[in-house]
Amino acid sequence: MSSTPDDSTAVIRKTALNAVHRKLGAKMVDFNGWDMPVEYPAGLIAEHLAVRSGVGIFDVSHMGDIRVSGRQALPAVQHITMNDASKLQLGQCQYSAMLYPQGTFVDDVIVHRFGENDFFFVINAGTREKDIAWVRENTRSFDCKVEHLSDDFTQIAIQGPRGVDVLQKLTDADLSKVKFYWFTRGTVCGLQDILIARTGYTAEDGFEIYVPTDTATSERVWNEVLAAGKEFGVLPCGLGARNTLRLEGKLALYGHEISDSITVWEAGLDRWLKMDKAEFIGRRSLERQQTDGVTRTLVGLEMIERGIGRDGYKVLDENGKQIGQVTSGSYAPFLKKNIDLAYVPLSHAKVDAVVGVEIRGNAVKAKVVPTPFYKRPKRS
Amino acid sequence: MAYPADLKYTKEHEWIKVEGDTGIIGITDHAQKALGDIVFVELPKPGATLTQGKSLGTVESVKAVSDIYAPASGTVTEVNQELNTAPEKVNADPHGAWMLKVKLSNPGEVKNLLSAADYEKFVAEEDGH
Repeated sequence: MSSTPDDSTAVIRKTALNAVHRKLGAKMVDFNGWDMPVEYPAGLIAEHLAVRSGVGIFDVSHMGDIRVSGRQALPAVQHITMNDASKLQLGQCQYSAMLYPQGTFVDDVIVHRFGENDFFFVINAGTREKDIAWVRENTRSFDCKVEHLSDDFTQIAIQGPRGVDVLQKLTDADLSKVKFYWFTRGTVCGLQDILIARTGYTAEDGFEIYVPTDTATSERVWNEVLAAGKEFGVLPCGLGARNTLRLEGKLALYGHEISDSITVWEAGLDRWLKMDKAEFIGRRSLERQQTDGVTRTLVGLEMIERGIGRDGYKVLDENGKQIGQVTSGSYAPFLKKNIDLAYVPLSHAKVDAVVGVEIRGNAVKAKVVPTPFYKRPKRS
Repeated sequence: MAYPADLKYTKEHEWIKVEGDTGIIGITDHAQKALGDIVFVELPKPGATLTQGKSLGTVESVKAVSDIYAPASGTVTEVNQELNTAPEKVNADPHGAWMLKVKLSNPGEVKNLLSAADYEKFVAEEDGH
């Protein structure tokens, strides 16, 4: 990567694949200070559908990486995350989050267990500096080493039911042995010892590979993945499709469904919250909140009347009074519906409850629907 | 895509075709490209009054919401209902997929608008080419 890791907003950052995106004709946008492709000439809808039915590839090198290793790495990771990292086997990953003492979110993370006391966190682009500072500060009393590795990897996501077929052509690792949310290491495109994780942010099967960040290598791997995927109709996909894919799957986005003012209980992410493990940051508040109960909760909405509820739009009750807010809303390309994630009071959170979404001054009807909106079909 | 010479254009990327005292309104190829996949078009009903330069409705892609500004003043006589169910037609054929037909209240206003050649130049400058 061409910029320094701790230079937060002054300079627009570019991934090693920036020139490739431009050559492919991508529309570029500033995303959290990164110059990233939002869509390619095929268009967002085509990209979204490629991932649902075949395969699409994404440059997600803007995501950050932190490694925590050393004698007390496990207790350190247990202290700063809400899931139970002791349950992870070597080669396994888990969805987790780092929390503030209030039980709200520093960031959500994927924790990979490299060794007994060796963990690798994948973190969000927009929270990189905050996260690394948080991890350093809150692991200080443990005997472990914290490394900020965000600029060491070009991270390429190969997503969709045919992702496995594409990547298998390029690696000696037996991908049929790698289950969802597990990882392995292998030779990829001739590069040895590459991290290959069966993870993603599309609500689809897929892999994320972490290759060296120099431009020549990054471009070569990207182009080889595209070439290998040609027979499966692979499309390069931008952040636009990444957002609609994750929205259909109800995957949280930091700054939207989760933030420093939303608790784990409210976000409905308690499936990954392990209250039975030892102390961790946020636990005490979460215990109290569990007793008190929540007043608002994250629900899925589907527009009944014509209109698209967008991020930040107001949610209204039957009298037109604001009762909540849309956190993410869009046309959903696979479902062909207009959907939202929104925080609403419990009184309006039951499936089939009807609310209004304020669109350009009008209350447009929507109803609460079960989530995730999309669940990938089981494949043998 | 070439910009048809029989249309007039706005700097907000609408086009209008004038036939007698009727104006036919749509958005340009440049607009549809900038928006991406169009999934929603919201237009006024027949009888509504338009004022040149004022918002008449919205067009939404998956990513973005954008106002449509009236290229000329008048009264809406017809709305292209097809765009309710097939908004993607605006992407496929921007200068054919009309949105509104309007009875112009002041046909002279159209003189303020850009010719195809001038609009093309304007768009090229906006793109920094």
